[in-house]
Amino acid sequence: MSVFRTTLLAAAVAALCLPGPARAAEISGAGATFPYPIYAKWAEAYKAKSGVSLNYQSIGSGGGIKQINAKTVDFGASDMPLKPDELDKGGLQQFPMVMGGVVMVVNLQGVKPGQLKLDGKTLAAIYLGKITKWNDPAITQLNAGLTLPDKAIATVHRSDGSGTNFIFTHYLSSVDPEFKDKIGENTSVEFPGGLGGKGNEGVAAIAGRTDGAIGYVEYAYAQQNKMNFTQLRSHDGAFVSPESKTFQAAASNADWSKAPGFYLLLTDQPGKESWPITGATFILMHKQQTAPDKAKAVLNFFDWAYHNGGTMAEQLDYVAMPQNVIGAVEQSWKQIQGPDGKPVWNGPAS
Amino acid sequence: MERSGFLSIGLLIHLKQNPPVVIPVIAGVATAISGRINLEPAVPADIAIRRAEASARRGAIGDHLFYGLTLLFAVLVLVILGGVAMTLLTGAWPALQHFGFGFLFADVWNPVKERFGALAPIYGTLVTSAIAMLIGIPVAFGVALFITELCPRWLKRPLATMIELLAAIPSIIYGIWGLFVLAPFVQEHIEPLLIGTLGAIPGFGRLFAGPPLGIGVLTAGFILAIMVLPYISSIMRDVFETVPPILKESAYALGATTTEVVWQVVLPYTRIGVIGGILLGLGRALGETMAVTFVIGNSHHVNASILQPGTTISAALANEFTEAVGDLYMSSLIELGLILFVITFIVLAIAKLMLLRLERQGGR
Repeated sequence: MSVFRTTLLAAAVAALCLPGPARAAEISGAGATFPYPIYAKWAEAYKAKSGVSLNYQSIGSGGGIKQINAKTVDFGASDMPLKPDELDKGGLQQFPMVMGGVVMVVNLQGVKPGQLKLDGKTLAAIYLGKITKWNDPAITQLNAGLTLPDKAIATVHRSDGSGTNFIFTHYLSSVDPEFKDKIGENTSVEFPGGLGGKGNEGVAAIAGRTDGAIGYVEYAYAQQNKMNFTQLRSHDGAFVSPESKTFQAAASNADWSKAPGFYLLLTDQPGKESWPITGATFILMHKQQTAPDKAKAVLNFFDWAYHNGGTMAEQLDYVAMPQNVIGAVEQSWKQIQGPDGKPVWNGPAS
Repeated sequence: MERSGFLSIGLLIHLKQNPPVVIPVIAGVATAISGRINLEPAVPADIAIRRAEASARRGAIGDHLFYGLTLLFAVLVLVILGGVAMTLLTGAWPALQHFGFGFLFADVWNPVKERFGALAPIYGTLVTSAIAMLIGIPVAFGVALFITELCPRWLKRPLATMIELLAAIPSIIYGIWGLFVLAPFVQEHIEPLLIGTLGAIPGFGRLFAGPPLGIGVLTAGFILAIMVLPYISSIMRDVFETVPPILKESAYALGATTTEVVWQVVLPYTRIGVIGGILLGLGRALGETMAVTFVIGNSHHVNASILQPGTTISAALANEFTEAVGDLYMSSLIELGLILFVITFIVLAIAKLMLLRLERQGGR
């Protein structure tokens, strides 16, 4: 392991050292692939405005966590938040940057987008292999007025380790103890059966072609490809459709004040309007900064993105963080300090 | 002195490559050629000697440099190989310690509970490669034969170029094509046929059981067969072309049919090259990643039916390496890499042994 890590580190250091002169006006980050499109778009707009460019390598959340721990980048990005004790161990600060959601898609003849209604328990039973037919009473009683065929359900899952897997399995684990016990939550889990597709496109292609299939994809992907999504029952019992309004509701209704280190997953949040499989993607930074100017440049970028990046996020079908959460996050930045013990960032004006 | 050295090396090669019958013919041809080179230049003897000495001195320095350089490259390859092996071994050490030999035979892959076993990926790797070889070798053989022996002259070059173009397509493109085009075709046409015919045979039919999904081990094998085809066929074509026309013509003159010429002259003459080509293809099939990942269904379970989803070592790595968090998880993935390294090594070793045996038989 250690040799492997050293090699990685050496390669990363070499890669960072090469473009020497550009370092001053460049901030670097690495990690999650899910937010890469919006980070890239923000970076482009921010560079035009401020001249500071962002070098973001979408190498995956695992890689992002490793790189920020090795201090080869200014910030790391992860779809799976680190637990408070893990944050303390690495001396890291964590905050949510932008949200997305997971959408269930189905391939059933005669069922139009948004028609089918499901709830967490039923979904868990389907993925556990306990409900195997579309006309199972558990499904039909949620869908009065919709005739469902006597057809086998083909479950499709993401085969690659991903934040999407984590959010999805976290939701099913929190609503169904049996799912938590048998499968659990992770970026990659062992499903008892079904087909695995690589990436959103893999899941979509397999689900789109297999009669009677059900799968899950990122909201942005389902939206852009006009997929046959389902409604889900929210924590408070109402059926909701996946749209930016219901994602925002999940984030606003979440109680961030009781989540140290913003360790909060937005699945199954209270509120009638809250989409149950919502998730944020997170930024990781060191609390003790040796180069306060650099850290300040990074936080300036995030501050700008919080306040000016909402429209761009929506264009790409991401969901911006609600105002109350942004306030709390920027409050928490006081803990990111330079060698002199003073906060590196004192509000956008300075 | 030097010339006779060349001749003996040449003879050695003949001995290695040719069945005894053809050796005298080739040896005769070789002697004739070397005899022709043996002409003295029309320059006075002393000048010629001085020139030769000077060029020999220059040549000696150059030879030394060249020797050093080539040695360096050769050693570099060994160092890199050793580095890879060391990295894999140290990276896999925690998993090796934790799971022991049981890792090879456990049909489980649960990142949540950190229980890992390599049976499904090993099985998938071997089965997909076997399917690829089963389909790829005969087709590649046919293609190579057609191009060298039977093809009309005007079609020869375009056909050969197009087959080689297959090798230039990036594997991700094969993956996407496999997912969107090949898999639906297999699902609608090939798999129902297999289930209806071969699937009905008791016992053997279990290989073709289950619903036609289009995504699975068989489709991965098909994709691999297409991907290894250009490698195998272009090497076969190259070695088929080394068969001296005089041998084939002699056989034809004795009244042999094309089939007889192929089986009794071309193949025996080129079998070492043919096996080399097959092994190159097999190496590619064992290690292929992206295309397989898209169409195999990525299920970490051993399934008797080749129509059902499975996984391979490379596919598992491609899927999970980037997001693997946790030392044991990462280490188990690296151990998978180590296993693939060993499998490839074993395949190459078997191949070398086979070649050695063939050479000995050929030399008798």
